[in-house]
Amino acid sequence: MKIAVCVSHVPDTATKIVIGSDNKSIDPSGVTYIVNPYDEFAIEEALKTKEKLGGETVVISVGKDANKETLRKALAMGIDNAVLLKDDNDRDSIGIAKALAEEIKNQAAELVFFGKQSVDYDNSIIGQLTAELLGYNCVSVVVDLKIDGNKITAEREIEGGREVVETSLPAIITAQKGLNEPRYASLKGIMASKKKVIEEKAAAASDKVVEVLRMKKPPMKQPGRILGTDKTAVAELVRLLKEEAKVI
Amino acid sequence: MANKILVFLEQRSGLIKKSSFETAKAAKKIASQLNYDLEAITIGSEINDIESTGKYGVKKITFFKDEKLANYSSSAYAQIVADFAKQIDADILFFSNSSMGKDLAPFVSIKIGAGILMDCISLEVSGNDIIATRPVFAGKALIESKINSQKKVFTLRPNVFNIGEVQDEKAAVEVKSVDNLDLRSKVTEIKKSEGKLDVAEAEIIVSGGRGLKGPENFHLVEELASVLGAAVGASRAAVDAGWRPHSEQVGQTGKTVSPNLYVAVGISGAIQHLAGMSSSKYIVAINKDKDAPIFSIADYGIAGDIFEVLPALTEEIKKVKS
Ligand SMILES: Cc1cc2nc3c(=O)[nH]c(=O)nc-3n(C[C@H](O)[C@H](O)[C@H](O)COP(=O)(O)OP(=O)(O)OC[C@H]3O[C@@H](n4cnc5c(N)ncnc54)[C@H](O)[C@@H]3O)c2cc1C
Ligand SMILES: Nc1ncnc2c1ncn2[C@@H]1O[C@H](COP(=O)(O)O)[C@@H](O)[C@H]1O
Repeated sequence: MKIAVCVSHVPDTATKIVIGSDNKSIDPSGVTYIVNPYDEFAIEEALKTKEKLGGETVVISVGKDANKETLRKALAMGIDNAVLLKDDNDRDSIGIAKALAEEIKNQAAELVFFGKQSVDYDNSIIGQLTAELLGYNCVSVVVDLKIDGNKITAEREIEGGREVVETSLPAIITAQKGLNEPRYASLKGIMASKKKVIEEKAAAASDKVVEVLRMKKPPMKQPGRILGTDKTAVAELVRLLKEEAKVI
Repeated sequence: MANKILVFLEQRSGLIKKSSFETAKAAKKIASQLNYDLEAITIGSEINDIESTGKYGVKKITFFKDEKLANYSSSAYAQIVADFAKQIDADILFFSNSSMGKDLAPFVSIKIGAGILMDCISLEVSGNDIIATRPVFAGKALIESKINSQKKVFTLRPNVFNIGEVQDEKAAVEVKSVDNLDLRSKVTEIKKSEGKLDVAEAEIIVSGGRGLKGPENFHLVEELASVLGAAVGASRAAVDAGWRPHSEQVGQTGKTVSPNLYVAVGISGAIQHLAGMSSSKYIVAINKDKDAPIFSIADYGIAGDIFEVLPALTEEIKKVKS
C-alpha cells in the first residue's frame, strides 16, 4: 500500500511571536522552525503501518524551500520519499488542501496521515478538507488506529471521552498526541536521508478566498496581586473570587 | 427573499449542547446586522426540547431524524447539512468549534464551495463583510480575516460568545427523514471517561503541575475541583510523567481553554502552558516560587506551599458554599 504523510514546518512552540511590519504576518527573523509536533505522530503512524502492512511511504509539504528541513527530518525517521510542493506565497487552508489532494492523487496513496493541527495558524482542518476534495473517508483527532484489510477502526478524542469510528480505505487520519510515541531518527537514518533527493514540483494553482486583514497582539493581562505566602491568604482569595470576580 | 444564515445545532445523547446555543445567539446577532434570515439544522434520533432553542433567537429548526443518526457520522452529517444548505440557499453557516463542529465544518465547506474560518473568538460586521478574529500561534497573536467567497463557513470557540439575555420564545421544528444515508464513516461506540467533566467544556478548571510531586497527591487538586464543580486539568509535565491522562493536558499541544476561572497549582507557567489558558477570564496561581511566570498573568496568587494552601482553600470554599 502507498502511504502518504503531510507535514508543516512551524515556529518552535517556545518562540516569542513578533508581528511583522506588514501587520499581517509574523516577523520571521530569529525564529527557529520545527516539524509541527502533531505531524511527528503522523510520521510515526505511517512508519508503523508500513512495518505491519508493507508498502511505500512518502512525505509531502506545501511551502517554501525551508520546508525541506522538515521533509529531511521525516526521511531521517524512515520515510522513503519526499515531495516539496513549492509555493513562495502564503496560502489559505483550502489552497494547501488542493495542492495536497492533487499530489496524493498523483502518488495514488490510499492511506494518508496528517497532524490534527498545525501549531502556527491552529486551524485543524487541512486533513478534513483534503479528504473531502479527494472523496476519501476521514477520521480526525485519532488516538488509536487499527487497520484490517480495507476496514479501519479508529478512536477519536471528543469532550469527555472517545468515539470509536468505523470506516474504510481510502482514508485520511489526523493524528492526536497519544496515538503513538514518535521514534528518534537514528544516526544511520540521518546519514541516509542526506543522500535522498527531495522531489520538487510547483504546487497546483489555487485562488485565495480567506483574506488576512490584520495581525495583532492579544490584549496584555495585567499581572495581578500576590495575596500572601501561606494559608492565611486563603480567606482573602475566596472573598475576592466571590465578591470581585464573582466566579464562585 | 432575504439571504440566509444556517446554524448547526449539535446534540449529544439527545440534548442540544450549550456551545450550540452560544453559536445560535451569535449567528442571530449577525443575521440582524446583515438583515439575513436565520435557520437552524439539527441531526439525531431522539432530541429533547429542541423548540427551546427559540430562546436564543432561532425561529425555525429542521430536524433530520433517523435512528442511525443518534451518534455522529461524519459522512452522513456532512451530506445532510450540505444538501440542506444548498436547498435553502444559505450563504453563511455557523458551527461551534467543538470536536464535532471542527470535524464536520470543513467537509461541509468543500461540499458547498465555501471559504472557511475556524475557532473564531469575535465577529464584527463591516458593510457586507464579517470580520472574524481568531487566535493563532496558540493565542500569542490574533488575526482578523474575512472570507471573500459568497458562501462562508465559520466555527466559533465555545465559552467565548456570551449567551446574555434570552427571550421566552419557542422555535418551530420541522422533522424530516433522510433517504440514502451515507454511513461510510460512523461512530459505533462512545467511551466516556467516567463521570468526568472535560476541560474543554468546563466553566472552572483546577490544573495541577509538577509541583504536586506525584500522582498520589492529585487528590488535593481533585478535592478542590469537586467543591468548585470544576474539571481537573494538568500541565504537560504532569501528563508526560504519566500522572494524568493526555485528555487533561492544557496548553499548546493539549487543550485550549477559556473558563471563567482557572486555578493553576504547582504550574510554573511555561509559554506553551500559557498558550492554552491565557484567555481564561480569571486566573489564580498557587506556586511557592513568587517569580514563577504564571504570576505574570494571574489575577490572584498565593506564593506558598501547595500542601499547606490547597487543603485550606478547599475548606474555605466549602464553608462559603454551604
Ligand atoms: C513542543 C512543546 C509543546 C509543549 N506543550 C505543552 C502543553 O500543551 N502544555 C503544557 O503545560 N506544557 C507544554 N510544554 C511543556 C512546557 O514547556 C513546560 O515544560 C511544562 O508546562 C512545565 O510543567 P509544570 O509547570 O507542571 O512544571 P515545572 O515547570 O517544573 O513547574 C513546577 C512548578 O511547581 C512549583 N512547585 C514545586 N513544588 C511546589 C510546592 N510544594 N508548592 C507550590 N509550588 C510548588 C515550582 O515552583 C514550579 O514553578 C510543551 C513543550 C514543548 C517543547
Ligand atoms: N503546508 C503544509 N503542507 C503539508 N501539510 C500541511 C501543511 N499545513 C498543514 N498541513 C497538514 O495539515 C495538518 C493540519 O493543519 P491545520 O489545518 O493548518 O491546523 C497538519 O498537522 C499537517 O499534517
